[in-house]
Parts: sequence; C-alpha cells; structure tokens
Amino acid sequence: MKYIRKALVLLTILTLVFAFTACSSSDNESNAEPVEDTIYRSLSDIQESGTVRIGVFSDKNPFGYVDENGEYQGYDVYFADRIAKDLGVKVEYVSTEAANRIEYLQTGKVDIILANFTVTPERAEEVDFALPYMNVALGVVSPDSRVIDSLDNWDPNDSIIVISGTTAETYLIKNNPEIPLQKYDSYATAKNALENGNAVAWANDNTEVIAFALQNEGYTVGIPSLGSQDTIAPAVSKGNTSLLDWLNEEIKSLGEEQFFHADYEATLVDTYGLDYEDSLVVEGGVVQ
Amino acid sequence: MPDLGLSVLLKGKNFARILGGLGVALKISLVSVAISLLLGTLLGILMTWKNPLSRAILRLYLEFIRIMPQMVLLFLVYFGTTRAFGWNLSGELSSVIVFSLWGTAEMSDLVRGALTSIPAHQYESAAALGLSKRQSYFFVVLPQAVRRLIPLSINLITRMIKTTSLVLMIGVVEVLKVAQQIIEANRMSSPNAAFGIYLTVLLLYFFACWPISLLAKYLERRWR
Repeated sequence: MKYIRKALVLLTILTLVFAFTACSSSDNESNAEPVEDTIYRSLSDIQESGTVRIGVFSDKNPFGYVDENGEYQGYDVYFADRIAKDLGVKVEYVSTEAANRIEYLQTGKVDIILANFTVTPERAEEVDFALPYMNVALGVVSPDSRVIDSLDNWDPNDSIIVISGTTAETYLIKNNPEIPLQKYDSYATAKNALENGNAVAWANDNTEVIAFALQNEGYTVGIPSLGSQDTIAPAVSKGNTSLLDWLNEEIKSLGEEQFFHADYEATLVDTYGLDYEDSLVVEGGVVQ
Repeated sequence: MPDLGLSVLLKGKNFARILGGLGVALKISLVSVAISLLLGTLLGILMTWKNPLSRAILRLYLEFIRIMPQMVLLFLVYFGTTRAFGWNLSGELSSVIVFSLWGTAEMSDLVRGALTSIPAHQYESAAALGLSKRQSYFFVVLPQAVRRLIPLSINLITRMIKTTSLVLMIGVVEVLKVAQQIIEANRMSSPNAAFGIYLTVLLLYFFACWPISLLAKYLERRWR
C-alpha cells in the first residue's frame, strides 16, 4: 500500500512537471498526428452537398453578430453570403469563439472560418489562409487638448493605458519599453481611466480606438496605425487547396467590382465613418 | 429607475430568441439528467458490491470524470471523436453525452454514499423479520436511501442545468450565448443593456431551477 501511494505521488509530480514543460512543445506533437486527408470537404464536395458551412462570430458587432431577428449580420457575414451565392450553395453559419476557430477547421466541422481571423505565422502552420480582405493595426487615442501623434522622445512622466493581454500591451513592452504602461483588465475600466485623465493616451486595436473616438466627443486618434500591419483573411483546413484556390480567385475578382468597399459601406460605416475606409479595407487581396 | 436596457429585449424577436436559448439549455440538461439518474442509480448499486474488479473500474471512471473539467470533456467528445474516429457528432449530441457521463458518475457516487449510510442494523432487522435479501433491499434499504438522495441529487441537477452555459464553446447557441449576442448587437445603441440582459438570464435560470427545488421539498415531506 505504501509503495502504491508513493508511486501515485511520483506519477502526479511527473504529470505536473510534464504539463508545465509540455506547454512549449505541444504544438509539435499535434503536428505529428497523422492528418487524415478526408477530414475536410473539397470544393466539389461542398457544391455537391448544396451547403457551405462557414464559422463566424455571433457576438462581435460589427464584424459578425446576430440581429434582433436572429439573422447573422456584419462585415464578415456580408462576405460569407457572397461566397455562398457565388458557390451556388446555401450557407450554414456556425457560431465560433476566438479560442476554437482552429479546432473547427482541423476537424473539418466548418469549411471556411470568416471570424475576424488575423493572419499570424503560428496560425498559418495549422490552417491555410486565403488572401486578406481587411487590415488591422494598433492605434493610439488621446484627448483633443493634447493629441499624441508620435511615440518618439517620450516624456517618462506620461503613461499609456493598455488592456492586459492585448497585442497593444505586447507591442509596447517590446518596442517602447521606456513608456510606462497602465494596465487594466477590461474595456470599461480602461475607458474610465482615460476619461479621468489617469494617462495621456490609450493604445488598443485601431478599430477599437477609432470607434471610441467617433463615439466620444473630445478624443482624437493621433496614431491610427502603429507597428506591423496585420491582415484579416478567410481560412480553410490545412491542405484544402481546391477551396483555397477558389477563394483566392473569388477575392481577386471581387476586387474588380470594389466589393469590400461596398461591404464596408454597408456594415462598418456606422462604427468607423468614411475616413478610415481605405486604410481598413483590403481590395482584391492586395495590401497597399 | 436607472436604464437597464430592458427595451432591447423587446426589439424584434429578441425575447423569443432568449427563451429559445433557455429551451436548448433545458433540453440538453434534462435529457442528460434523466439518463444520469437511471444509469447513476444502477452504477451506484454496483459500486456497493464487493467484486474488486467492478469496483476498480467504476472508481476509475468516477475519478476520471471528476478530475476532468467539463470544458475539456466537451472538446474531447466534440472535436476529439472527429480527430480520432472521424465521427461527426452534432454539438447538442456531444453535450448530452458529456453531461450524461458527468451526471452518471456523480450520481453513482451519491447513490453509493446513500446506500452505505444505511446502518447495518436495518439490514439485520429486516433479516430478523424473515425478509429475503432481495426483499430487504427493495422494501427497507432503497426507500431510506432514496430519501437521503433527494437533496444531494437536486444539487447535482441544478448544477447540470447551470453548467450547460459551457456548451457555447462547441457551437451550441444556448441562453447565455443568445444573451451575449443581444448585448453585442446593441453595443452602440444601448451600451447599458448588459446589466438588464444578464439580470434576465439570472431570472430565467432561477425559474428553471426553482420548480425542481419545490418538487424536492414536496417529495421530502411526502416520504418522511
């Protein structure tokens, strides 16, 4: 009995140690799994079945959300509707969360993810991204009385508000370590802090700060695009080339009719205004 | 009265949608509860048997389910079965499977506990009255055990109903997800809606769980 207990304790410790050290290597392991090539549906499979399954956000207004009549709406959904129309099939929307988007593609439970999916090298190892249809970057908003339009020659007495865990926080720590940061857990507390004048500016995704400045009098986005420009693109299961090629062709041909500008004007203009149309929209898959 | 954003609920089909979401949550949880009560009772009785093999297997099952967070189980059943076996289970079916596995495991331990809590003199007195083993089990031990089980299983059932909020992670749109959708869709027009909508969700969960507590109270009095 004593030995069994000892063995159990040892096993528990080993598990915990393994769990902590495995964090970094777990990615490689999942790659080592045999990937069945039947897991996803090719272009012809989708067209034969008559329905395309597209994963979208159902609670990210104005990109993907559900209106009061239970209909999916938003910038991503506008595009998804068009994809279904041009494929000649019906569309079935699947409500996804930020954390399970990759899993949905890897198990072939959706054909396409159109959920405000930012292209990163890490994600590109797990899924295949098509051409981009939107830009994202960081932005900095500050009061009209003292607009911050540059992070150079920073006065160390001034601090910037960030929300913990966002890309803005990571970017500033890495690239501007001299700037003191004030970290808040939620959007609401960060907003209060800026309004109370706790710091001189607030850094966040540029879509967020632009929307904030438009809704709140007396604030200006002094730096609308900071750091590396990332893009948002549709994603398909790794290796689903027939669907990927079709999507890329679709995005290119939609560029000729300025489809994403029309999409912006139909879905995003209320939130971001017309000024940012050309900086946010990517037309024909070509980043300016 | 402060603006709770309740007017948002009256827009379009919003109220019907949130009730529909509650329906989804209740359907998943009540089907799982029915399965769990039945299987859990059977397994609980099995757990009191002296057979070391069956005890070991049941113990392993119980510990596994108890240690695993429900979220992990949901991902294992919904995505894992597709990866491993190529099954394409729907989100609802996966949820019912996970909640039944969980409910059965916990219920079986409750039944085991209730059965072993019946003092030995009850068995002995029943035997002294000339009742057979089977008779003493059905007429003496089980009725007492069931009465002890009521408050324990009510806790489990209401917990199962409330935990269905996790199924939004596997694409099932239930009451909490509908609430989030409504709040987000009206983020610009009524930024205060979150409080009112979550309050509504709280009331809906309350009205779903309260009748179960009432039933339990009634049964406890009835079987005294």
